[in-house]
Amino acid sequence: MSKKILIADDEQNIVISIEFLLRREGFEVLVAGDGEEALAKVRTERPDVVLLDVMMPKMNGFDVCQALRADPDLGGTRILMLTAKGRDTEISKGLGLGADGYMTKPFSTKELLAEVRKLLGI
Amino acid sequence: MLEAPVVICLSLAYLGVLFAVAWWGDKRADAGRSIIASPTIYALSMAVYCTTWTFYGSVGRAAVSGIGFLPIYLGPTLVMALGGFLLLKMIRIVKANRITSIADFISSRYGKSHLLGGLVTIIAVVGIIPYISLQLKAVTSSVSLLLSYPDIVMPDHSTTMSLAEDVSLYVALILAAFTIVFGTRHLDATERHEGMVAAIALESAVKLVAFLSVGIFVTYFVFNGFGDIFEHAESDAGLQRLMTAIPSGGGYTNWLSLMILSALAVLFLPRQFQVAVVENVNETHVKRAAWLFPLYLLLINVFVLPIAFGGLLHFADQGVDADTFVLTLPMSQRHEGLTLLVFIGGLSAGTGMVIVETIALSTMVCNDLIMPILLRYKALGFEDGRDLSFVLLGIRRGAIVVILLLGYLYFRLAGEAYALVAIGLISFSAVAQFAPAMIGGMYWRGGTRGGALAGLGAGFIVWTYTLLLPSFAKSGWLPDDFLTHGLFGVELLRPQQLFGLTGFDEISHCLFWSLLANIGAYTGFSLLRPPMAAEAAQASVFVDALKGIGPVGAAFWRGRAQVSDLQGLVGRFLGPARAKTLFSAYAKRRGHADGVISEADAQLVQFAESLLAGAIGSASARVMVASVAKEEPLSIDEVMHILDEASQLRTYSRELERKSRELTAATLELQEANERLQELDRVKDDIMSSVTHELRTPLTSIRAFSELLRDDPKMHLADRERFLGLIVSEAERLSRLINQTLDLAKIESGRADWNSGELDLSEVIEQSVAATSELFREKGTFVELDLPEGMPPILADRDRLIQVLLNLLSNAAKFLTPNEGRVRVSLRRVPGALEVSVADNGPGIRPEHQEVIFEKFRQVGDTMTAKPSGTGLGLPISRRIIEHLGGRLWVESVPGEGATFRFTLPLAVVEEENPLPEPIPAWGG
Repeated sequence: MSKKILIADDEQNIVISIEFLLRREGFEVLVAGDGEEALAKVRTERPDVVLLDVMMPKMNGFDVCQALRADPDLGGTRILMLTAKGRDTEISKGLGLGADGYMTKPFSTKELLAEVRKLLGI
Repeated sequence: MLEAPVVICLSLAYLGVLFAVAWWGDKRADAGRSIIASPTIYALSMAVYCTTWTFYGSVGRAAVSGIGFLPIYLGPTLVMALGGFLLLKMIRIVKANRITSIADFISSRYGKSHLLGGLVTIIAVVGIIPYISLQLKAVTSSVSLLLSYPDIVMPDHSTTMSLAEDVSLYVALILAAFTIVFGTRHLDATERHEGMVAAIALESAVKLVAFLSVGIFVTYFVFNGFGDIFEHAESDAGLQRLMTAIPSGGGYTNWLSLMILSALAVLFLPRQFQVAVVENVNETHVKRAAWLFPLYLLLINVFVLPIAFGGLLHFADQGVDADTFVLTLPMSQRHEGLTLLVFIGGLSAGTGMVIVETIALSTMVCNDLIMPILLRYKALGFEDGRDLSFVLLGIRRGAIVVILLLGYLYFRLAGEAYALVAIGLISFSAVAQFAPAMIGGMYWRGGTRGGALAGLGAGFIVWTYTLLLPSFAKSGWLPDDFLTHGLFGVELLRPQQLFGLTGFDEISHCLFWSLLANIGAYTGFSLLRPPMAAEAAQASVFVDALKGIGPVGAAFWRGRAQVSDLQGLVGRFLGPARAKTLFSAYAKRRGHADGVISEADAQLVQFAESLLAGAIGSASARVMVASVAKEEPLSIDEVMHILDEASQLRTYSRELERKSRELTAATLELQEANERLQELDRVKDDIMSSVTHELRTPLTSIRAFSELLRDDPKMHLADRERFLGLIVSEAERLSRLINQTLDLAKIESGRADWNSGELDLSEVIEQSVAATSELFREKGTFVELDLPEGMPPILADRDRLIQVLLNLLSNAAKFLTPNEGRVRVSLRRVPGALEVSVADNGPGIRPEHQEVIFEKFRQVGDTMTAKPSGTGLGLPISRRIIEHLGGRLWVESVPGEGATFRFTLPLAVVEEENPLPEPIPAWGG
């Protein structure tokens, strides 16, 4: 069974590129355009990994991360934060809130795949 | 009820009360809780100025010369109101140098000269003794008047003299005892008498109450108010002459000279110097006294004229002396209580003056006359180290008795020879001789001992010749030939028309010639030679007294001394136990915790000298200290050098103060600047963070697509083309972002180029709408225009304006619902400007976001499913452009009903303002 991955980002073109990349590698891909949608989709679809953008409408990535970690049912969901803000404080904030990994935009597609695989334990 | 025993008992009881107050005051002072530390007490104590001469004599003078009594009180009022600085400076000098009397002050100023101190003392004693006898006389005659009650019998030689002699002798002796107890309780390093001051303040209050009471009684009970008395007086031929402002000949000159005389007296009379300067506990009290004391003088003068007129009307041709009206008017009305109150008031006025004056004079006689003589002839035997404090106290007590007995003697001799007022003025004229040496000494560095001696001597001689001797002659003690024919028959030397000067009264005449001689000799002799070392040193201590740091006495001393010698010396005058306490307190102040000081440096020598100065006067203290210390005299050059250094130090310290103020201000400014910088730094950080975020976002897409294309050469052609297209558009977004960031930075920093010219706004709008028509066509709509004809031109940069319009139009296009959108651009005239509006019927903007959208990188996207495209810089740039052009850009919106962006631009030519047209309705309104 292929692993399910949710991409949560409001930048259309970034979503397109990551979606293409992950599908090509054989993952099942879901997409959310804002924080609230992302949270809802995690609850209903139970993806294995969430790629979470920080700057999103309605609910930012940090809040989504916090909400996910507060839900014991979702403990197995891996979270990889993706953000264009590369400051150290933001990285530690994300990890502090329970994210499993952190990548700064722009990222290398190979590294992104490697990170996703590592989180999935493949 | 007014029999002798009653009067005597009452008088003694009153003195007993004073005694108790004084005793209590001293006790409290010893306990460190002063009862006189109040400006009101200070002002009341200054009212010792008002003696029986005021209490009884003002009415007498008013009965002769109308308001001629007034200048005696106007002078002090002016001095207190305008001359506070003079008093303040004297207080500072006295405190800093432990000066004990006016003789000590002058002697100290001119190089601690014994000769000068002695001369001042002699002038003071000779000048003041008649004044003291005047008090004895007034008190005595009030007693004898009282004893003849209910008859009013003028005291004269034949009937009451024997009694009067006894009374005045007793009065003198009682006062001497009182003065001795409170004036010379112990020798003090500051020569202050708190108990005495408290008693004097009480006396001032009592005499004021008494005088006001009799004034009110005469005005409102004997007569029917001021108006009544003055009406009566006006209808009386004899009184009419008193009603003119300046009645007698020589008018204004005499007034002026009386004012000058009394102004000098209130500062330099020994008793005034004592209460106002030596006894001052806090120099801020001077401020309150500056109006309280004149107020006191005003109050005590309010009823003088009514009483004088009342007395003249009441006792017309009965031979009652006007000097007694204050007492005889209540007596004539059989008002015993008031009569006794007035008597006590007069007693207060007399005793107050005598006590303070005698203390001041006895200090001067002891320190400046007798001590120097004893020192010179080594009569004190100070080689054998005896405790001399009792000797000193003995001298002072003896001086008090002698002075009062001299007063009594003068009273016996002069008797009825001269009116009260004249004697007072003779004393005033004598102390006026101190003025040049005092004032010159405080403000002129060039004054010398020789000058002061010459001035005082010349003034004193002229005073004696023109005023004292004629008064003797008028009393019949001297042949009065020289009065009418001049000394040795020389007409020019007639003492009261000296060198043919006429038209003045005798007081003005004396004041003129004596002060002329005094000032002339003082300045003339001072200019003869430059000040010597000791004079220059003291001149600087006095003249610079108010300047904060100046050279203190210690700066002018060089030599060697033993601590034990100094302490022993002080002990001999103040008592060994007291000296020990003072020295160990000094040691503790200097940082020797054990109270033991081992080395006698210049400061300790100075300290010992100032302690001695408080007890025996500065000149004698100088001599005594020199006797135990091995001194090396300073040359005038060295003194000048010290003074130069001191003045440099002063300049330097002022410079330092200024610099320190500037530094404080600079630090504050720096702090503010730093805070601003930090704020700017935070803003810059935020902007940098936003900019990098905005840059990274398109870069992320570009990199991802590029890598996908690179890694998959066999990608479908359609995907390949789609990805390449996205790469290109993201790259365009990136360059747009960079351009706009730079553009905004340029506008904000003021480095943007502006090509302003007169523009037809309609034409610019049409051009912009044409450029964006494709955007609207894609959304299935077009832009409606409402551009009235004949709008005046505006002054603006065409390209920038088009940039704003394109931004607003493309924003409108971005949020339009396809095929349902409507956009309308309107132009209208507002006062002094044109207003453009761009209205759409898109989703609108929530009120809380209507300002946020004008901030950098603040796209408001959370109401929509997707983030709006664009850089987030369009509106901030547009607003800055419009503001630069002198207009305003804002948005009005109801969410769900669309948004209307409006901006104004000022007209190129300011015209008359037209009435405001109806506002253009926004869409959906």
